[in-house]
Order: sequence, then C-alpha cells, then structure tokens
Amino acid sequence: MTEQVLPSRIESIAEAAATAAEIAGRFGFGEEALFGIDLAVREAVTNAVVHGNRQDATRNVEIGYTTSGTALVITVRDRGGGFDPAAVPDPTDAQNLLKASGRGILFMRNFMDDVRWENHPEGGIVVRMTKNK
Amino acid sequence: MAELNIRERQAGDVTVIDMEGKITIGEGSVAVRSAVRRLLEEGKKKILLNLAGVSYVDSSGIGELVSSFTTINREGGQLKLLNLTQKIRDLLAITKLLTVFDVYEDESTALNSYK
Repeated sequence: MTEQVLPSRIESIAEAAATAAEIAGRFGFGEEALFGIDLAVREAVTNAVVHGNRQDATRNVEIGYTTSGTALVITVRDRGGGFDPAAVPDPTDAQNLLKASGRGILFMRNFMDDVRWENHPEGGIVVRMTKNK
Repeated sequence: MAELNIRERQAGDVTVIDMEGKITIGEGSVAVRSAVRRLLEEGKKKILLNLAGVSYVDSSGIGELVSSFTTINREGGQLKLLNLTQKIRDLLAITKLLTVFDVYEDESTALNSYK
C-alpha cells in the first residue's frame, strides 16, 4: 500500500493524478485505463480539496493506493462534513446539461469499476474506487 | 510553461482560438474563462475553439466550456468546437454534451457554418 498526504490545494490534484498514473502503470494497466484512472483520481481529489475540505490548508487529503490480485483500489479521504452521492443531480438530465459543474462523479463511475463512499469513523468521507485489470 | 497556451486569430468575423495544453481545474479553466470574457468585451461574439492541441480536460474544464457556451449564447453570439481529440469527444459523449455543442472536424466547414 502506498499512502500520500497532500494539502488542500488545487496543485495537489495533479500531483495525486500523477502518482496514481505511475502506480497504475507499474501495475500493468494500459493507456486507456490509465487515462480513466488519472481522471477519476483528479475528480475524487478535486471533490476532497474543493468541496470536502473547502481548500482549508489545515486539512489534508489522504490518498491510499492498494493493489491486490488484478485490482487497484484507490481511496481518497477528506475531512469535510459529509456528502450524499445520491443527492447529486444527474448531469446528463436535459435540465442539468448546461450546468457548469456536477460531472466529476459521473466520470469517476464511468472510468472505474466500482466507486463507493463511506463515512470515516474519525471524521470525513472516504471514496473507494476500484479498477480491475 | 503555462498549463494552457491560447492564441487568437481572426477569420472574417469569426475569432478562432487555438488552444494547446490542458483545460483542468485552476489555471487552464481560468485561462479559457478570461479569453472568452475578453473577446465578448471586445464585441467578438462568433468564437471557434480549436481544441486540436488540448490533450486533457477534466470535469472543471468541461464545465468551463459549457459556461462559455451559455455566456456567449446569452450575448447573442455563437461558440463552436473544432478538432476534438478522441478522448475529449468521449468525455463529451459521456456527459451528453455532444448534443449541445456544434462540433466540426474541418475548419473551413466550421467557419462557413456561422451566419
């Protein structure tokens, strides 16, 4: 398992994506999967930095990368007050198509095989994303 | 090097914006917003975004394209897209935005489509 702790800054998003792509590449994912993993991590870390931690520099984002068998599991934890993914409107509904935001979760679900959110027992939300080879 | 390089050229009354780099949260998205805002201030309302050199877009970048589209429409203008890479085309398909944007693969066809 590789762990990465990053401050809640916009710059951390690309840093996490680069780490994810490197680990996933070493694990043997091809170019198409790497694009999806990179994007899913960007979106998850963006949510943690911007929505969860509200770019509060005193709150970190913790990212975990675990490989097991044919699966890469990436967890992203924020220190925010909580989040209900079911409450996010479907960005592909006609009434939401012209909204400027709300597409990150769609990309995470589209490019990863499994995405779920859990409350961390010590606070914050953990999103757990799995990609199978 | 900047995350996104933007160059402008005029083709008749259409302003073509050639972009190179990434349109992602932060610098890239802000650069798109600033460019569109400035063109509107200059009264340039027919805008063609050439995305041939854009290697990567995230949800924030897609959101910025949508915002630009709605802002320009509100001002009575037209924003169209040119030369999408396959990855960006895929992202616009996933988000069903290919049904919203006018997308072209050939610049002269794109330029002729402005009324």
